[in-house]
Amino acid sequence: MSEDEKSPPAPPSGGHARLLPPDAGRDRPLFIVSAILVFLACLAALGARSTWTSSERWMDDLDGSLTVQIRPIEGRDADQDAIDIAREISELPGVTRADARSRADSEMLLEPWFGTSGLPSDLPVPVLIDVVLDDPDGVPLDEIADILETAGIDADIDDHGRWSDAVARASQLARLLAFGLLALILGAAAAVIAFAARASLVARRDVADALHIVGATDSYVAGLFQRRFFSLGVKAGATGAIFAALIAILVAVGGNNADALYFLPELLFSPFEIVALAMAPLIAGGVAALSARLAVEEELRKRW
Amino acid sequence: MAAGFRLTEIAVNPFQQSESEVIVGFDAVGMRYGRGPEILKDVSFQLKRGSFTFLTGPSGAGKTSLLRLIYMAHKASRGVVQHFGHDTAGLQRKDLPDLRRRIGVVFQEFRMLDHLSVFENVALPLRVAGQKRASYAEDVAELVSWVGLAHHMESRPATLSGGEQQRVAIARAVVNQPELLIADEPTGNVDPDMARRLLRLFVELNRLGTTVLIATHDLTLVRALDAPVMSLADGRLTYRDRAA
Ligand SMILES: Nc1ncnc2c1ncn2[C@@H]1O[C@H](COP(=O)(O)OP(=O)(O)OP(=O)(O)O)[C@@H](O)[C@H]1O
Ligand SMILES: [Mg+2]
Repeated sequence: MSEDEKSPPAPPSGGHARLLPPDAGRDRPLFIVSAILVFLACLAALGARSTWTSSERWMDDLDGSLTVQIRPIEGRDADQDAIDIAREISELPGVTRADARSRADSEMLLEPWFGTSGLPSDLPVPVLIDVVLDDPDGVPLDEIADILETAGIDADIDDHGRWSDAVARASQLARLLAFGLLALILGAAAAVIAFAARASLVARRDVADALHIVGATDSYVAGLFQRRFFSLGVKAGATGAIFAALIAILVAVGGNNADALYFLPELLFSPFEIVALAMAPLIAGGVAALSARLAVEEELRKRW
Repeated sequence: MAAGFRLTEIAVNPFQQSESEVIVGFDAVGMRYGRGPEILKDVSFQLKRGSFTFLTGPSGAGKTSLLRLIYMAHKASRGVVQHFGHDTAGLQRKDLPDLRRRIGVVFQEFRMLDHLSVFENVALPLRVAGQKRASYAEDVAELVSWVGLAHHMESRPATLSGGEQQRVAIARAVVNQPELLIADEPTGNVDPDMARRLLRLFVELNRLGTTVLIATHDLTLVRALDAPVMSLADGRLTYRDRAA
C-alpha cells in the first residue's frame, strides 16, 4: 500500500487528546446546579460552625456562674447580709469571685417595671449576689446552702440550671439541624452528579464500547468519567465557595456591631472558615469524582 | 510491503506452540437477543491458530452476531464457547479485557472515535493498555503509513473516504499484534481494486502468524482465495474446506 513511502513518517507531535470528547455545553446545567449546591453547603457549614461556637459560649456564660437571691427579713439589713454572705462564699474552694449587689442595684434591675422614680423604701426588694466559679462542674451548692442556713437567711440559689438545660437542648437541636442540612446538601450533590454521570455514560456509549473492544478495563473507563467529574466538581466548588465567602463577608461587615448578633449565628472569619471555604472545591471534586466512578462502574457491571 | 514494520516480529513461528491449537471453539452454540428468536442454532466450529477462514451468508444470516460472540460483546444463550482454552461461561467481567486484547476487531461500521485523529484511533489499544505514547508513537506512525494513510495521520476519521476509514479500522485492529483478527464485511465500502488490496493485507497479516476470520457476503472476495469457508443460513453453520 505504501511502496512509495521511503522514510518512515514521523508521528504527530503533541500529547494525548482527551478520550472523552468535550461535552460542548451539555455539562453547563450540571455545573450551575453543583455550584449552587456547594454554595448552600458552604453556608450550612459556616452556619453549623457558628451555631457550635455560639452555643458553646452561651453554655460557658451560664455554667460559670450562679446567683444568690437574698429575701429581705423584717428587722435585718439585707444589704449588709449580702456583703457578709458574699465574703463567706468567696472563700469557698472553687469560687472565683462573689459580689454583693446593693438594694440600689436591684432597684435598677427593676426599673423597667417600676419606673425611675424609686421604690417605696419599705417595699422589700431581694438583694443579689453574683458568684463566678472556677469550674462550671464543681458548683458548691451545698456549701452555700450551709452558709445561708447558719446565718439564718432566707435565700434562693439560682445556678441557671433551668436556662442551661434549655440552652443546651436548643443548641443541640441547632447543631443537629445544621449538620443534617449539610449532609442533605452533600447527598443531593452526590445524587445529582451520579445521575449526570450515568447520563453522560449513556450519551458516550460509543466511546465506552470502543474502549472496551480494544481491551480497556471498567476502571479505565470509569476513570475517564471520574476525572471529568472531578474537574467539574472542583470548578463548581470554587464558584460556590467564592459566593459563600462573599455572603459571609457581607454579613460579617454589615451586622457585626448589633447586639442581637450574640444570639444569631455569626459568619465571622476565622481560620476554620477560611479552611472550610478553601476545602470546598476539593470536597466537591471528591464527591463528584467518587459518585461518578461508582455510578459508571455500576452501570458497566450490568453489561456482561 | 511491510518493510521495517514490527509486525514481522510477532510470533516468528506461529505454529511453534501447537499446529492444532484452538483459538476459538464453538460447540452447539445458540444465541438470541433478549427474548427474541434464536439467531444462531447449534453452531459448532473451531478456529485453529494460524488459520484463515471466511464466514459468509446472506444479509441478516447472523454473521455479525456470531462475531459478537467471538469478541465477547454478547453471551451465548446455550452451548459452549471457548476462547484460548477458556470457557466463556465461566468468565467474569474483569477477565474480559485481557482476552479482548488478544483479539483485533474490524467492525462493519468501523466504530472510530471521531474526536480523535487517525493516529490516536490507531494507537487506542496501546493507550488503554497503559503504554506510554513515546514507546509506541513511531510504530503506530509506521503502521498508519503501511496502510497508506501517512498523509492522513492527523485527520479525523469522519473526513476520510469509506476505504480509508476501513484501513484505519484495520490498523487499529492489528496495532497490538492480536492473535486473532476478525473483520466484519471489511470490503463493504470499497471498490473491487481496494477490496483486493485489503485482502492482500489480511493475507500478509496471516502469513505473519495472525489467525484471521473474515465475515463477508462478497463472493468474489471469497473466490479470490482457497481458504476454508463457513456459511451461515437460517442460523445454521456449514463448513467447507476447499483446499482439502
Ligand atoms: N442488537 C440486536 N437486537 C436484536 N436483534 C438483532 C440485533 N442485532 C441483530 N439482530 C437480528 O439478528 C439477525 C442477524 O443479524 P446480523 O447483524 O448478525 O446479520 P448479518 O449476517 O451480520 O447481516 P449483514 O450481512 O446485513 O451484516 C437479524 O435478523 C437482526 O435483525
Ligand atoms: Mg453484519
